[in-house]
Amino acid sequence: MVVASKNPVHSVLYLILTFFTVAGHYLLLNAQFLALVHIVVYAGAIMVLFLFVIMLLNLNVDKEPVNTNLVKFAGAIAGGSLMLVLIAVLSKTNIMMPAHPANTQIGLIKNLGKVLYTEYNLPFEIASILFLVAMIGAVILAKKNPHTT
Amino acid sequence: MSNIFSVVPIQHYIILSAILFSIGVIGVLTRRNAIIIFMSVEIMLNSVNLLLAAFSTYHNDAAGQIFVFFIMAVAAAEVAVGLAIIVMIYRNINTIDINELNKLKG
Repeated sequence: MVVASKNPVHSVLYLILTFFTVAGHYLLLNAQFLALVHIVVYAGAIMVLFLFVIMLLNLNVDKEPVNTNLVKFAGAIAGGSLMLVLIAVLSKTNIMMPAHPANTQIGLIKNLGKVLYTEYNLPFEIASILFLVAMIGAVILAKKNPHTT
Repeated sequence: MSNIFSVVPIQHYIILSAILFSIGVIGVLTRRNAIIIFMSVEIMLNSVNLLLAAFSTYHNDAAGQIFVFFIMAVAAAEVAVGLAIIVMIYRNINTIDINELNKLKG
């Protein structure tokens, strides 16, 4: 649906649907923290950003660039064969799993937070620096350059 | 609460992730709108995240979920910068058709 719909705004809405289903899978996996973060980050931040840019650029269906049918067909064939190969290979492998996995509680916020702030404290701080750099970069890129225009 | 791990084998999650990843690849290959290509990349990142979370839960190991958290952080930063780049491209050449982006061609 995200790939097939002509209108970019419809694509974004279908993408939100996809994100919510993935969040539901996280909940089923007993990973509440990830589900919450996923909804907040993707449905909250990234999708608003996408919608905002699409509306800012004023794209609509008649301005939508369309590939030739040959390229579409070739792309679909290539992607479909990739999917077939992946599924065939992965279903042949037998993955060693614990015989009786416990009813895990690691996805809960309390336990995940403990691990995050003790073992993975340094990567956590580095991620904040990454965010700062990304924020500055985005602002500088999106700012109108006074020398060229 | 009945245990999901005894009902659903991890193979189902692997197959779901493979399908989601392939949908993303098809999107990148068949569309020319730069924003939609971006969204397809997001779908691919999501499929990998889902598989990491699934393995981490099945193995009862918190490291996988921490990795998913960091991947989400990096993805958010990447989307912000990428959309800024797309806005800048649109200002410069008035389109986001990736086939028009041939200024680097000699």
